[in-house]
Amino acid sequence: MSVIIILIGFSLLVAIIFLILFIRAVRSGQFDDKYTPSIRILFDDEPKKDKDKQHGSSK
Amino acid sequence: MNSTEKSISENLICYHCGDECPDDKIHIDDKIFCCNGCKSVFSILNNNDMCTYYSISDAPGITKKDENKRNYDFLDDTDIKTKFIDFNDEKISKAIFSIPQMHCSSCIWILENLNRLDNDILASQVNFLQKSLSVTYNNNSSLKKIVTILDSIGYEPLLNLEEKRDSKNNKEFRKQYYKIGIAGFCFGNIMLLSFPEYLSISPQDSHGLNTLFNYLNIILSIPVFFYSGSEYLISAYKSLRNKIVNIDVPIALGIIVLFLRSLVEIVFFSNAGYLDSMTGLIFFLLIGKLFQTKTYDALNFERNYKSYFPLGITIKKNDGETTIPVEKIVVGNRLIIRNGELIPVDAVLIKGNGTIDYSFVTGEALPIKKEQGEVIYAGGKQTGGAIEVESIKEISQSYLTRLWNNKIFSKQKEMNSISLANIVSKYFTFIILGLAIFSSGIWMLYNTNTALNVFTAILIVACPCALALSTPFTSGNALRIMGRNNFYLRNVDLIEELTKVTDIVFDKTGTLTVSGKANINYEGIELTPKKKHLIKSAVRNSTHPLSKMIFDYLDGDYVITGKFNEIAGEGIFAEINGSTIKLGSLIHVDKEKFEFSRESSIVHCSINEEYIGKFTIHNFYREKLTDLAQELKEKYYIHVLSGDNKSELKNLKKFFGNDSKYLFGQSPQDKLDYIAALQNTGKKVLMMGDGLNDAGALRQSDIGISISEDKSNFSPSCDGILEAKSFDLFTKFLNFAAYSKKIIIASFIISFVYNFFGLYFAISGNLTPILAAILMPISSISIVIFTTTGTNLYAKRRGLI
Repeated sequence: MSVIIILIGFSLLVAIIFLILFIRAVRSGQFDDKYTPSIRILFDDEPKKDKDKQHGSSK
Repeated sequence: MNSTEKSISENLICYHCGDECPDDKIHIDDKIFCCNGCKSVFSILNNNDMCTYYSISDAPGITKKDENKRNYDFLDDTDIKTKFIDFNDEKISKAIFSIPQMHCSSCIWILENLNRLDNDILASQVNFLQKSLSVTYNNNSSLKKIVTILDSIGYEPLLNLEEKRDSKNNKEFRKQYYKIGIAGFCFGNIMLLSFPEYLSISPQDSHGLNTLFNYLNIILSIPVFFYSGSEYLISAYKSLRNKIVNIDVPIALGIIVLFLRSLVEIVFFSNAGYLDSMTGLIFFLLIGKLFQTKTYDALNFERNYKSYFPLGITIKKNDGETTIPVEKIVVGNRLIIRNGELIPVDAVLIKGNGTIDYSFVTGEALPIKKEQGEVIYAGGKQTGGAIEVESIKEISQSYLTRLWNNKIFSKQKEMNSISLANIVSKYFTFIILGLAIFSSGIWMLYNTNTALNVFTAILIVACPCALALSTPFTSGNALRIMGRNNFYLRNVDLIEELTKVTDIVFDKTGTLTVSGKANINYEGIELTPKKKHLIKSAVRNSTHPLSKMIFDYLDGDYVITGKFNEIAGEGIFAEINGSTIKLGSLIHVDKEKFEFSRESSIVHCSINEEYIGKFTIHNFYREKLTDLAQELKEKYYIHVLSGDNKSELKNLKKFFGNDSKYLFGQSPQDKLDYIAALQNTGKKVLMMGDGLNDAGALRQSDIGISISEDKSNFSPSCDGILEAKSFDLFTKFLNFAAYSKKIIIASFIISFVYNFFGLYFAISGNLTPILAAILMPISSISIVIFTTTGTNLYAKRRGLI
């Protein structure tokens, strides 16, 4: 049964890592704007500056 | 991905902004534009290879019709710069702008790709909900350059005197997330560690693991108690110190008892505690709070006249023109005011035709004509051509600014009524405490140990989490649904306030009527196309607002030739193709028929000395006002206050009947006093207004609602903003608020039922931790489900979702 003590330790450790990640995410401002990033991700990347004609593949 | 294949040309829609084009004269290749402004934006983007803008949304642009090239010299002023610049060092600066025009994903795309337009811009980032843009640029560029670039593509930032909004709000929000995160983490782990207890594994079988788990639980619950739950403890302490029992008092009592009892159980008796219930309770309460703190980032409910004022003003200087910050205007400056611009200081008209629209400041519906040499008071908007004025006062001394120095604006508006939840929780606390003392007193006769258990168990089980959750979830959901229907309230408490309203006070101009629109009635002999042609040609030359309205009203064509004379205060005299046309007040038109009318909104007309009829210009009332008025006057006392003259009384009576009160010629102070007088007789007053002239009254009223054609427009400080397109839904909102209150009461009853069961176990001394851990979440979750589905169902039935 004593293995449970180790397992509990691990589970707590994993949970604490998630908590720390969450706090870091909040601190870095990920929760300040919950709308714009959802749109930003839909923009296609385009080749910069050089007018490459291939850039219209498809949506 | 070039979207040229779209068949835009068929109905002549502007490729840039989507407005209809009069013809296809303005074009680049096959793309048609409504105006040169739109065309120039397109060519800027085209030259920079940024036409992706047009492929994300259709015609995403902001129209640049009749926009002058603006001069942003005033942005070089150091005081002004600090308003926008968030951060700067030797190399780079970061500025934050508010851009209310942004409306679609194309806007986000272009604003985040500004660096392609100017190499000095390093990065730009949009916060769409706040409608703000932060631009990082190196110091080769300047604030002025950035704003000029933004303006050139149609995204002129909001440049007004308003103070910079602090970022305190964001920090508050983050704190809320930390608290929820920590509470959730601890709650989850404590539940996991309480499993042996849930499975009723006896301490002997668990080889001492029980004790370990219990102590781990204590460690995990400490941050929840001292950090996440701290706001409830502090709030309860504060309210007790003021001798008030609010909803947080029973919550805090419950939390403290749960925590202490658990400590005692674990440390002294090696039993499982109630820590899972405690952390769960705090977790749910915080979620409720998050739900409640729905705010409309892009809206500002605290605006004053400063946000109505522009930041810069064009002045004449050594024959040239430049712009300076309005705060730096001194007496004797020559200011250039263009069409649609605001006159920031009291001034004398020097050059040009002054047609000043004061509807926002005074409530007068029609623009006022000013002659050269007349004084123009601050706050009016010039309509028509550019004028030149000379300032006679500084901004701090001007009429509008002094209007604002009323003491009502300096004091914080306080909510003096107590919410239902707080009233109930007061009795709830005393009853629970009484019950706990009473039943433990009885147990004392039999068993002292059980007596103490029963005392704490009652306080644990009766913790009013359901009570505390019903208001945030009901009102929060109602607030959201109203927001989706373009009615934005400042906070959730106002939903309950709405149900207490007894009197509704309306402003007329801009609230009941649509500003800038008029209904024209013609009475007299029939207008033949020939007559229409003559009248239209005659009014065409006049800049008087009524002439413009008649011009728009008459169809057909017109000529510009002919003799023309306008006598101020009387009317127009014109000779066209040999016919003489007279328009204006009755004296001017026909001296024999002496029936002079003071009403400014009637224009009489004669052609070749023959009286043909009169045009009556009425205010244009909002659509569906008839239905709305009908519904409202059944339930509420209606008052209409207007800064305008009496001419509309007859029309208003048609809407609101004879029982309602009508007052005309009201100054902003009169309106404020009127509302204060109503409140003194014990009425709860809801004021609906739109302009600066209502700002005092909105502030004084119990609920001030400002109506706005577009939510990004300026609206005075208020408790709620109603977009004009949802005006007809107003009674629905009021009914919805009343219904929400019923839901809250119903959920209180549900919560009492749960408490009744819980108390049965507690009083009989049979409350186990597992029972508490089951009962508490079930009651909370069922309240949440009940309140949200209740409000949603109602909203769906009434067509609000």
